[in-house]
Amino acid sequence: MAMNIVVCVKQIPDPADPGELDPNTKTLKRDVKLILDEADSYGVEMALQLVDAAGGGEVTLVSMAPDDEVGGIRTALAMGAAKAVLVSDEALVGSDALGTAKVLAKAIERAGDADLVITATESSDGYTGTVPEQVAELLGLPSITFAKSIEVDGNTIKVKRQTEAGYDDVEAPTPAVISVTAGVVEPRYPSFKGIMAAKSKPVDEVTVADLGLDADAVGWAGARQEIVEIATAETREAGTIIEDEGEGYAQIVDFLADLKVI
Amino acid sequence: MESQDDLHEALREGVAAVCSQFDDAYWRDLDERHEFPWKFYEAMAEGGWMGVAMPTEYGGGGLGITEASIVLEEVAASGAAMNGCSALHLSMFGMNPLVKHGSEALREAYVPRIVDGSLHVAFGVTEPDAGTDTTKITTRATRVGDTYVVRGSKVWMTKASLCEKVLLLVRTTPIDEVVRRTDGLTLLFADLQRPEVNIRAIPKVGRNAVVSCEVTFDDLEVPVDHRVGEEGQGFKYLLDGLNPERILVAAEALGIGRASIRKAVDYANERVVYGSPIGSNQGIAFPLAEAYARLHAATLVVREAGARYDDGLSCGEQANMAKYLAADAAFAAADQAMQTFGGFGYALEYDVSRYWREARLMKIAPVPQEMILNYLAEHVLGLPRSY
Repeated sequence: MAMNIVVCVKQIPDPADPGELDPNTKTLKRDVKLILDEADSYGVEMALQLVDAAGGGEVTLVSMAPDDEVGGIRTALAMGAAKAVLVSDEALVGSDALGTAKVLAKAIERAGDADLVITATESSDGYTGTVPEQVAELLGLPSITFAKSIEVDGNTIKVKRQTEAGYDDVEAPTPAVISVTAGVVEPRYPSFKGIMAAKSKPVDEVTVADLGLDADAVGWAGARQEIVEIATAETREAGTIIEDEGEGYAQIVDFLADLKVI
Repeated sequence: MESQDDLHEALREGVAAVCSQFDDAYWRDLDERHEFPWKFYEAMAEGGWMGVAMPTEYGGGGLGITEASIVLEEVAASGAAMNGCSALHLSMFGMNPLVKHGSEALREAYVPRIVDGSLHVAFGVTEPDAGTDTTKITTRATRVGDTYVVRGSKVWMTKASLCEKVLLLVRTTPIDEVVRRTDGLTLLFADLQRPEVNIRAIPKVGRNAVVSCEVTFDDLEVPVDHRVGEEGQGFKYLLDGLNPERILVAAEALGIGRASIRKAVDYANERVVYGSPIGSNQGIAFPLAEAYARLHAATLVVREAGARYDDGLSCGEQANMAKYLAADAAFAAADQAMQTFGGFGYALEYDVSRYWREARLMKIAPVPQEMILNYLAEHVLGLPRSY
């Protein structure tokens, strides 16, 4: 049975060279080169494996990014996704989590009938962790979060949902929105042929109006979330280095005893 | 993807992603243990990177020497240096004479296996008594019925002990019986793992993960249908590959230069002596800035040479200059990295000495810098031949 899966992917500043926060808007500057959020590469890989296992169907990417950015989308296309919907519009600047979810939900509908929507649990730059559930609500679909494994059985999706203590077995009918953890699968590296093929894969570039959304519902205009303050995280204090001159073990035992962990 | 630059950027990222699994510790360990980088080789083969410049009808990507050189530059720049590049180099372009001049049967039988990495190939030209003076080779192939019987020895054959096949240059007509000394040389695609072939590893200064061998052929039989192209035309076929070879080697050198500068800059920022990072001293900073500038200049010439080759233009001048300038810039960068690290540079665990040993090779192989200058002096400037 063929399976069509939509994967939401975010294109973010390279965490190795993340750029700066804008002090006026208190948001991350996104005028640098953007790459595929590593957190999303797990969803792309999971989707590719599920389509493979189903013996047919395709993976479609959905992304919202400034300036028609496709750098990260190309990476996911090179991994094996078939096509993409990219929403890029000046009106989207300043979108909060719900604004983003509205756009993604419309873009997912535009991508066609999906048997499954996969997202990461949260992005590696914004970290709100609320978009997947909002997307599910807007689409009227079941939402399963923190999937550490996904199995498809006919029209049922079976998920092992990561919890602090272990995992829960959760089931839902398809279609559903599932957020996956970084442990779900090991993402492949794009192959040479994948990179070459990605050049000619279609990217449907659309605006807010194309999606039938009111510009006031998104961006700064539609944002209900406000960033009140941004502050630098406290630098962690350097750890204690114990030089082992034959008695190192005793100092470690004393240290742990002081912490009352032994 | 709109432009050529975008494609090249995507290729760089793709190679860098594969190489990111193989860090300096991986290469240091294999270099110390003189062991071939199998996992790296398999990862590159699996990603299809070996076939970038091979024809599409044999499973390759059909791209040019520019793209092949970008792949190898990125491999070297990852810290793999020549241990990484030499593991792939011959498969990526060295078999060009076979691809261009081999019979359809030979190509169909072997090229797809070179592209998918399952066939390891060596290249046998240099002999103990014939280096750049290639026409003086004495390895002889005598025609007996439908076979050639090969006798002689080759030296500096990369990977020979691991390879199933070798593209071998032999003399089929003795030098005193030919009109021009470049006549009478023939290319054979011969078996290597045979009782008639003796392979001995040469202990060497560096690039020890990839073995270099001395190989003797004691009446090895090669079927006539494993001859590449016409009998007696081998030298001509070989010449076709010289410029691309120089371009690839130049690109590999650029990669080592980049790796060296990256390491040195990181160290110069971290290492604090007399209360400040050593990189705050101009005695440390200026030479690294200069090395960077020289490497960039060499990069432009390497790209020019690659673009000309891919456009079907003459590129002897550019390919030779590219090799000369890139080898020079890479060694200067690696040497400055050694200086930046001070005493620690001499310790194997800091990796710059590995780059330094391998960068030094680039000034010698596949031709020494002096022979490049000879070429430029004679063929570009029009000065009398000096040798």
